[in-house]
Amino acid sequence: MSTSNKELCSKEAAMMAPTESPIIHLASRGISPVILLIGLYVFFHGHYSPGGGFQGGVLLAAAILLLRLSLGTSLSQPIMPSWITLRLSALGALIFAGIGLVAILFGGNFLDYHYLPMPWLDPAYLRYYGILMIEVGVTITVMTTLVAIYDDLLGC
Amino acid sequence: MKTLQYFLLLAFLGILIVAVTNLPPRGDVTAPVHQHVNPAGTVVAGTYFIQNAYKDTKTPNMVTVILADYRAFDTLGEVIVVFAGGIACFFILNVGRRKP
Repeated sequence: MSTSNKELCSKEAAMMAPTESPIIHLASRGISPVILLIGLYVFFHGHYSPGGGFQGGVLLAAAILLLRLSLGTSLSQPIMPSWITLRLSALGALIFAGIGLVAILFGGNFLDYHYLPMPWLDPAYLRYYGILMIEVGVTITVMTTLVAIYDDLLGC
Repeated sequence: MKTLQYFLLLAFLGILIVAVTNLPPRGDVTAPVHQHVNPAGTVVAGTYFIQNAYKDTKTPNMVTVILADYRAFDTLGEVIVVFAGGIACFFILNVGRRKP
């Protein structure tokens, strides 16, 4: 833990963006929501086309990292705070494993979506929504882990 | 020591060449992976996946069904690996600097 890192991450230094170019600021702030939207599309369309949790999570992380790179760490905190990244990552893995444990609690094998407690659904659609729920966990874990590794490399 | 390394590399190269030349040709319909039953006489797993993926889950994308349903335990391992990578980077790179 060196003092130079502390100076780099202090409030005044971090409030300044790495670049002062308004073109880069405007372009990244305009492109980032589009990448977020495409990431959500890739994630939710994983049932019907190539895509799914890993790819969608990487796209969502790319949108946040674009803001981190262009606006600086401090100004891009509201969209994804640094302190929450690893906690959300653990939450995503917990969602995945927790759905498996719920299936055990209701009498099935580990990750057997047939036993999820949603009796108003067909067995086939039970599996459909089981896949969707574990993909949510995969997406959260992949997205937040990539952002967390970037923040760790920066030391902020 | 250097010659030993070269010999090891050559040995692995020989193993690779033997393995690659013994593969069935591309698109060979008589290859074991394209058969309904494998040489041991049991049904190939891929046949079941192709025939029943949509019936079981109402999901048209067969790859998603195999990744997230039939082999969900494998995907759970992948997610744990990603999470472990994040944790390792946190403990190696971030020596008490992150403030909550």
